[in-house]
Amino acid sequence: MITEKDVLYVAELANLELTEEERARMLKDLNSILGHIDRLNELDTSKVEPMAQVASGEASAMCPDEPRPSLPRIAAMRNAPATDGIFFKVPKVIER
Amino acid sequence: MNLDPLTVDSARTAVQEKAITATALAEAFYQKIEGEDGAIGAYLTLCREHAYQQAAYIDALADKGDALPPLAGVPIAVKDVFATKGVRTTAGSKILANFLAPYDATAVQRLEAAGAVVLGKTNCDEFAMGSSNENSGFHPVRNPHDHSRVPGGSSGGSAAAVAAGMAVASIGSDTGGSIRQPAALCGVVGLKPTYGRVSRYGLIAFASSLDHVGPFGKTVKDVALMLQCIAGRDPMDSTSANVPVPNYLDHVGKPLAGIRIGVPKEYFGEGLDREVRAAVDSAIQELARAECEIVPISMPHTEYAIPTYYVVATAEASSNLARYDGVRYGIRSRESKTLQEMYRRTRDAGLGTEVKRRIMLGTYALSAGYYDAYYLKAQRVRSLLARDFNGAFAKVDAIVTPTTPTAAFKLGEKVDDPLAMYLADIYTVTANLAGVPGISVPCGKTREGLPIGIQILGRHFDEAMVLRVAHVVEHAMAPTVNPLSTSPKAGA
Repeated sequence: MITEKDVLYVAELANLELTEEERARMLKDLNSILGHIDRLNELDTSKVEPMAQVASGEASAMCPDEPRPSLPRIAAMRNAPATDGIFFKVPKVIER
Repeated sequence: MNLDPLTVDSARTAVQEKAITATALAEAFYQKIEGEDGAIGAYLTLCREHAYQQAAYIDALADKGDALPPLAGVPIAVKDVFATKGVRTTAGSKILANFLAPYDATAVQRLEAAGAVVLGKTNCDEFAMGSSNENSGFHPVRNPHDHSRVPGGSSGGSAAAVAAGMAVASIGSDTGGSIRQPAALCGVVGLKPTYGRVSRYGLIAFASSLDHVGPFGKTVKDVALMLQCIAGRDPMDSTSANVPVPNYLDHVGKPLAGIRIGVPKEYFGEGLDREVRAAVDSAIQELARAECEIVPISMPHTEYAIPTYYVVATAEASSNLARYDGVRYGIRSRESKTLQEMYRRTRDAGLGTEVKRRIMLGTYALSAGYYDAYYLKAQRVRSLLARDFNGAFAKVDAIVTPTTPTAAFKLGEKVDDPLAMYLADIYTVTANLAGVPGISVPCGKTREGLPIGIQILGRHFDEAMVLRVAHVVEHAMAPTVNPLSTSPKAGA
């Protein structure tokens, strides 16, 4: 069972604030889903490797290391909520 | 011109033979969308200027008398999780409400290179998280067969657009059933190819080890034609596979004599609706009549697929969705004094309940002390699920199951119970976990007139077999199924 404290901690990790109402709902929903997920413990997997690749061997992860033009800065910045034209602008990072 | 009977082939032929121009065809579709989409809600954005430009290019080719590319002039719809250059791309989320993609997804680029005319971007559950399209940040989609019911999700708009004749074909994404489940509920054909078969470059990521790109169409042949254009290695996606792409149409229509069809008992247990079961059983009888060998099989870990999926998918989502923080694109909360505050307020305002729920679940599963118990455990069970498939495909050439446990449910029916909603994908998530290809084909209707789908699964990279079996089912069941006879009922 996860607690209200866990919900607050995980929300902080996930950069979510959540309203009072959302927190209560989250506690109930997460416990119900985790209850279902706990069924995985019925299986002994001590001798089973975790799956690391979906269609093994067939995808080639290697590619030639050749430089290619990337997205032009002007195109990449076009969706920025705040920019000085060269950089993304954000509120100050460190409080004094 | 009656647009409803148009298929990929007949639309292209009409343009090639100048029975209609690509421009006039696009106009006719926009007229239909204007008249009918108000009641359905399949589209989020129409890109008329973009579409007419492409149509004019195709018409110019046709005027010169050149042979036209395979999808020339075919009006299609694209799920709003694909980047489309200069066209609004939201992933169904308010957090991207104003996002104009700076480049095209490879699937979109390949479809347009093949001559397709993209009419617009279709509605979906936010970040493709949902099974009913009710999690769209904008508005729900209604099932064209019954407006009081859901079209399925998350690619509900792409399925509904084809079912309602507001696009000839479409593309969607499938992370746990998001192509096959809405295809079944809307009475169209939907294919999730093998992991690595279709490039995901420009697909807005949900869960990277489970996300797949695939087509919707009215017929198996249409889906084969669409797949032909998008399949194959893409240097922009390192997970796309270097496996040759066969000519799929060579396999559609091949007889099935001697093909072994597995029927896994675990997919026919408790929770399967009686009418769905009857329709799937009769499709299996048709396969037997087509001289397939029907083989009862067992896939013993199937019941653990949903819990496995909801650990793996949410863990990966929590990581993928960390990028929506208001810095580089999308909306930003303006009142924040610090960076941290801006991240939180932006995400709080921009993300919907289900997305937050999955981010929370995934973050929890990956957090210190729980990684082994949840994520690693789920990846181990995932190996067992993949073994079930390997074992089955040693004995059979394809597997058939129902696509969904029930036909389309009512809007609002499951919104307050996330677990009940998750179980709508009980028969589809296994193929994502194992990476095998799967298709949903209509195989009948309930007494209330709601479509029923049968799912056909194949070996890795054997889409040809999946399409071949699907085509036989489609033709055997044709007398009872007409995906075009969508007489919409008024909403309840």
